[in-house]
This record gives sequence, structure tokens and C-alpha cells, in this order.
Amino acid sequence: MRPVKFSRSPLLSQRLPAWRQRLLLGLLLGGFLVLLGRSVYLQGINNEFLGDKGRARYERVIEISATRGRIVDRHGDVLAVSTPVKSVWAIPEDVKLSPAQSRDLSKMLDLDVRDLNRKLAADRDFVFVKRQIPPELATQVAGLKLAGIHLQNEYRRYYPAGDVMAHMLGFTGIEDKGQEGIELAFNDQLTGRAGSRRVIKDRRGNIVEDVESIHGPQEGKDIVLALDSKVQYLAYASLKKAITEHKAKAGGMVVLDARNGEILALVNLPTYNPNNRNRLAGAQLRNRALTDTFEPGSTMKPFTAALALDKGKVRFDTPIQTSPGKLTIGSATISDAHAHGLLTVAQVIQKSSNIGAAKLALSMTPAEMWEMFDHIGFGSPIKLGFPGEVGGRLRPAKYWKPIEQATMSYGHGISVTLMQMARAYQVFARDGDIVPLSLTRLDNPPPAGEQIFSAQTAREVRAMLEMAVQPGGTAPKAQIPGYRVAGKTGTAHKLEGGAYANKYVSSFVGFAPVSDPRLIVAVMIDEPSAGKHYGGEVAAPVFAEVMAGALRTLGVGSDAPLKPLQMANVELVKEGM
Amino acid sequence: MMNTLRLWWHRLVDPIDPPLMLILIMLIALSAGMMGSASPERMGAQMVNVLVALAIMRIVAQIPPQRLMHLAVPVYLLGIALLIGVALFGDISKGARRWLNLGVMRIQPSELMKIAMPLLLAWFFQRHETMLRLRDYGVAALLLLVPVALIARQPDLGTAVLVLAAGFYVIFLAGLSWKILGGMAVAAMAAAPLAWSLMHDYQRNRILTLIDPEKDPLGKGFHIIQSTIAIGSGGILGKGWGQGTQAQLDFLPERHTDFIFAVYSEEFGLIGNVVLLFLLSLLIGRGLMIAANGATMFARLLAGALTMIFFTYAFVNMGMVSGILPVVGVPLPFISYGGTALVTLSLAVGILMSIHKNRMLVQK
Repeated sequence: MRPVKFSRSPLLSQRLPAWRQRLLLGLLLGGFLVLLGRSVYLQGINNEFLGDKGRARYERVIEISATRGRIVDRHGDVLAVSTPVKSVWAIPEDVKLSPAQSRDLSKMLDLDVRDLNRKLAADRDFVFVKRQIPPELATQVAGLKLAGIHLQNEYRRYYPAGDVMAHMLGFTGIEDKGQEGIELAFNDQLTGRAGSRRVIKDRRGNIVEDVESIHGPQEGKDIVLALDSKVQYLAYASLKKAITEHKAKAGGMVVLDARNGEILALVNLPTYNPNNRNRLAGAQLRNRALTDTFEPGSTMKPFTAALALDKGKVRFDTPIQTSPGKLTIGSATISDAHAHGLLTVAQVIQKSSNIGAAKLALSMTPAEMWEMFDHIGFGSPIKLGFPGEVGGRLRPAKYWKPIEQATMSYGHGISVTLMQMARAYQVFARDGDIVPLSLTRLDNPPPAGEQIFSAQTAREVRAMLEMAVQPGGTAPKAQIPGYRVAGKTGTAHKLEGGAYANKYVSSFVGFAPVSDPRLIVAVMIDEPSAGKHYGGEVAAPVFAEVMAGALRTLGVGSDAPLKPLQMANVELVKEGM
Repeated sequence: MMNTLRLWWHRLVDPIDPPLMLILIMLIALSAGMMGSASPERMGAQMVNVLVALAIMRIVAQIPPQRLMHLAVPVYLLGIALLIGVALFGDISKGARRWLNLGVMRIQPSELMKIAMPLLLAWFFQRHETMLRLRDYGVAALLLLVPVALIARQPDLGTAVLVLAAGFYVIFLAGLSWKILGGMAVAAMAAAPLAWSLMHDYQRNRILTLIDPEKDPLGKGFHIIQSTIAIGSGGILGKGWGQGTQAQLDFLPERHTDFIFAVYSEEFGLIGNVVLLFLLSLLIGRGLMIAANGATMFARLLAGALTMIFFTYAFVNMGMVSGILPVVGVPLPFISYGGTALVTLSLAVGILMSIHKNRMLVQK
């Protein structure tokens, strides 16, 4: 018997009714067509949109940070440099630490376990666990292989000179942005521009593939300062010694190159260590030479004399009567420390007579004096780019009363910063002009200066200032062997709450060598309280020490015989206050 | 020697239907390829699964349909008993009670029902072949709904849907009248709100998520959003084997199991999907051909229902992965990782082969 298919047997065939077949096929066909249609919709029509969404899930542009430029001194010595460090961060949601792991990590990072756990319990996608740890420590942390704990490259700023240059250099914040000093003033050049790369990251944030560089990082530029490290160290050490010796509250010192206005040193005390700013008080941060004004006292007198000479009111040797050591103007009386009698203009400066200076001032109009003060830069900030620079107090001439005009001539009723005063002394160190100050090393001659006084006047005042540091002047202790020195002391009562207190600001501003001035040094010591307070006793020796050292360091040729200085038996002429 | 070998080989392959086997090999090869891309570390385990499944298929292919028919009632009753056992003593995993721990192994009795259900109903209709009355359909419906309800209670919506579908196909093919069919459709629609109220919260959420996956992109909508992005990213031509970004970068959940279609789709694109649908159509076509030529009503009903199960698996899985059906735990037949589904499906293929082998009224 031939085998026969069931469906072929007319007897037994019991085919599915046609409509049932069609329904079944329709169901199959319809089902697959729906799937196909969906596939066409997703892959053909919506492909671009969904592809973009897909890319958005894995493609990331990451920033490649540029290294911050270094800050170097004029000889290339490194003063600030960025070193690579790592920061530990976490995705709290991904972190599952056993108690033992928490303990290990917190010990490694020197964190309290509870602090660590609090950070990791935060309801955020990203937390810093600890920032800026050394690379070796970071390797150890990575060795723990903890889920959700990640490392990121950062830079930490390091200042090899520590507190010696703190105010000059300033510092950067944790985000590597300048916050003080040069770091702030030159932030744009130092920063550079971060580059970026396109990478592929998986769901856990690991970089799986580096696709391409979008643009490379543009490294920050190095800043070459005018600053001379040796001079700075010298200034720092001398000022620190003087402040200790005189139990002073604070102090500042500025060293300028008289030839081109370069700032060779800038010291403020108290200071701080920029590498460790954990406990930082406001007083330590103050860049006093730029942000604190003080009534300068007698260092102002040379400008009064110069103006009188320049205006032709007097000559170098015009006699001025300062007897009897008191002068009443309106209702107020001004006085000298000694009654000097008849003095020449030169002697007024040498002996620092208030009455002499006042009489010179009163021979001129307030407007003339105001214009001179304004031209030499008093009353407006220098604008070096440092934060908090101030201009000091210089009231408009039309409000001046005669007594104010008189006291301003010897530095009261007017306030300046130490930097302004140092800058202004260029007129005597140079031939009557002022060039702009420069924080960076100048490789070209400075721009033409602004002529304030005639060269003749400048030379004459220079001579007076040289007399002031010689026997018979107020500051013989400012002399240094081998160089002719010129300068002026300042001793001022401090204004406290509108009245003059029994506290002093001692200062000295001078330059050397007189035959061809190279350096200007300005010293200010705030509240010396170990008995001495005259500028000639407190500030002048600091000046001498720094000036002598700096001239030798810079190899400036001597212009005077190397003989013992004449000051041992000379009684200091006390200046008027 | 050669002759002995040839004889052995002949015996080994004798019950195997070459077209079905060929289609199966292509699907398994595709599965191996996808495993290599989505989860290479599971490749070995899946190959073991495949060998076990093929062995079972070969054994079942040798059992004549008549013998299978005798097994229908005992297997069904065993299945029911195990389902009740699960309800009473089952292990809970991921919030559902689906597994029964027998000491030596854990089994998932609901899986057995995917075969036992059509087997039983085919047997039932064969018995009443000569005269099918409306009452018989009622009994059949009852036989179907008991296990479906037990499985849905576990809860395991995916398997419940598959078992329900399997049973329904038998009833449909047995000749349920047009009127009753229409009436059932209406009743189903009317019962929808009731079903909604009986559903678990997570099941409702799956349906809501389907309607608007963006509502909760990191929670319930996550699977669907990620899988549609993966499919869409593939475009027409796909990104190439092993180049699927969403799967390789770990954005795609369940990528080696229920969502493997998304991996496949991203890597092989629209073209790949057409190929896959074509392969599945071949499988279903061959199954229907076998069903149409079945020797008895039992064989025809069983073969038809099992074939339609393949379709249901594929449609539900691809539908949910591409975001047109709610997310239920249904794997892509023969492709997804996992031994359970593979064994069930191979068993079904084995039954088809047996039915085909025994299609003649008179043995050769």
C-alpha cells in the first residue's frame, strides 16, 4: 500500500476553513509587518535623532588643562611653579564601601571617617573627597580599586621662596586662578587656554577610547619679573631684623631701579607662607606697600623745596628764618624739634625743619602745590594690577586752609603709600622726571618719563638730600661705605580716630650712588615701640644695609672713598614732626 | 567500520527534518555571534545550553505523536501540581515566586506549561474530534485558564501570555466558531479595566511606561529608551559586529538576555532585522507546513500551536524591545542567552520533527 498524506485523502481531509487560514496568515504577516515598520521608523526615519541621543550618552568632550605659566625673577630663578597633583572625587551613588575600606581610605587621605562617609552620602552626582594630593598618594588610592572613587589631574602651585615673596607673587585659588599679587595681575598670561578632547565614556564614566583632539591646550606663559631674588632676600632679612629689634607692628620696603622704574624688591611684614595658607590672618595678607596709606612726614619736604626752587621762589641758599621754632598760622601752631634759627633752603631739608618747609609752602598757591602732588602721583593709585591698591588722601586745592597747606609741605594732612613715595623719589634720583613702574623685567629702555621738575632743580634737591645723610643731617646712619647716598627721613605721629596718637611711623626714602643714581630704596616701619622712633634711627639703618648689599649685588661701581663713616660721635639732628 | 559509522549517523539524523534543522542552525549561529558581541564570557555556557537543547530535540523527535498524546494528561497534571507547589513553597527572586527548589535543582514549572498546555488541548480536541460541542470549548477554556491564572499570580506576565497564547491557538485551530471568537474579543475588551485593577503596580507601570517612556527616563522608562536608542543608532546598515555603542559601553540593560535584539539591531541595522525576520518566517512557514500535513487532528493542532508560539515569542520580544509592547520577560527565541527557553523551544522543534516524520497515514 502506498503511503498517503493525510491531507491528500479526500476521506480524511479536514482542512482549516479558508477564513481561518487567512486570519492566521494575516496575523503572522501583520505582526511581522508591524515589527518591520517599527524598525524602519526607528532606523530609517528617526535614525539621526536616536543616533544623536546615543552619542550624547557616550561621547564626551573633556578639558585638558593647560599648565599655568611659571613666575621667574629677572635672572630666571623660579618663584612660582605648578606641579601636577591629583584630586579624589566620587560619584556617591556608585560608591559601596565596606567599613574596612572606608577606614583605609580615610586614613590614606587623612580624613575623619565620619567626614568621609558624610561626603559619600551626599545626594549629588559629584563630590570632591580630597583635593590636591601628591601623585604617589594618588597611586595608593587608585590601588584600592574602589567603585565610584575617581582621580582627576590638577595642578598645585608651589612657591619655592615661601614667605619672602608672598606679597609680590600672591597666590592662586584651588581652581588655579590668581587671587593676589602677580598671580592676579598677570592671571591672563599665566593661565593659558585649556584644550579639549573628544572621548568615549562608558556608563560608569571610564574613558574607553580617545577619539580626537579638538584643540590642544595652550600652555600658560612664563612671567619674568623685574624682581631680583637676591635683593628681595636682603630686603626681607633686614626689614625682619629691624622689626624685631624695634618691636614694630609692621613694615614695608620697596627697591626700585632708578634708571627704568623696575621694581626689584617688595617686602611687607608680617607675611605668610603661600604654600600653606591654612591659618591666614588679614594682617599677614596686607600688601602694605600698596594698600596701606600713611602720613609720610618729612619725606615730603624735598618736594616742597623742589617746587619752590622750580617756581623760582627761592634758590639753593636762600636764607629762611625758622626762629623761634614755633609758627602760628591762624589758630594753629607748628613747631620744630629744635629751634634752628636762620637756615638756608638746603639746610631746611638737611635739618628737616617744619617751619622752614611751611614757609616755603606758603610762598606758593595751593593750586601750584596740588598740581605738583598730583603730577608726582599722590592721590591716585599706581594701577600695577594688584588688588586693593589705593591712592591716598589728597584733597582738592580749593578746600585747603593755610594751615593745611603748611602741614602738607612736611607730610601731614596728606597720605601716601610706600610705593607712591618710592616712585615719586624718581624725580630726585633721575633728572626731574618720573617713568612708570614695571613689575616685569624691561628688556628695552623705558618709555620717556614725565618731567616734573627741571633737571637743575632735581640736581639741587639731590645735593640737599645728600647733606641730610651726612653729619649735621637727620640720617647719618643711612650712609654706606664706598657710595654717596642721598635720602630723607620721615617720622610721623599716627592718626588714630582723628587725633595724633603717641605712635609713630618711621620711614626713610633714599637713593644711591648720588653721582649716577641706580637704586631707590623706601623703608617704612610701623609703630616701632622699643624706645626709638625717629626715621633716622629706625628706618635709616635698614636703608643703609639693603642699599649697600643691593649695590654690591648689582655690581654698581662705587663713587666715594672706602673710609670709615662719620657718624659715631655725631648727634642725630632730630627732625620736626 | 565505515558502514557502522554511516549506520549510526543515519540513525542519528533519521528523525531530523533537514529544513527545520538548517533554519535552527542559522538561528543558533546568529545567537552565538550576538553572544560574542554582547557577552563573550557567556559564550561557553550558552554552547552547553545549545548542546543540551539539541539533544533533547533529537530525543523528542524520535517519540511518535501517539506516544506524546499519552503523555498529555500526566504532563499537564504534573505541571499543575508543580505550579501549585510553586505558589505554596516557591523561591522568591526579584519579587516574583517562579522557582521551585527540588533539592537537587531549581525548576520553573511555568516553562513546562508552554508545551504541556497545547499538548493537553490538542489531546482534548482529538478525543472529541467527531463531535465538538460548545460545552467542549468551555471545558478547554477552563483547562487553559487554570494554569494561566496560576502563572499570572506568581507574577510572570510574559510566561502567562505565552501559555495563554499557546492554548488559544489550539482552540482557534480546532475550529472555534467565528461568533464565539468575536464574543471573546468583546469580552476581553470589556474585561480590560478589570484586568487593570487586578494587575500589580509594576505591571501597570510597564504599560504606562510604554505609552510615555520619557516620563521616568531613569527609572521604569530606562529599558525602553535605551533599547530604542540602540536600535535607532543602528540605522540602515548597522554599526557592525561588536561596534554597537550602547551595548558595548554598558548603557543597554539585559543586553545578553531579553534585550539582545537591541544589540543585534544596532550592530546590523535595518538590513539585519529584515534577515532575522526572514529567518523567523522560514521557521514559522516550515512549522505551518508540517502542521498542515499532520496525520491526525492532534498532530495538526499541536504543530500549529507550537509554530504559533514561535511567532508569539518573536513578536512579543521584538515588540517590547523596540518599544511597541510593554516590557514582559519574553526572550528572543533561539537567540537570547538562557537554557530554559532554549530547551522549551527545542522541545517544540523536536515535536514538530516527530509530527513531520510521522505524517504518513501508513508507515513506510
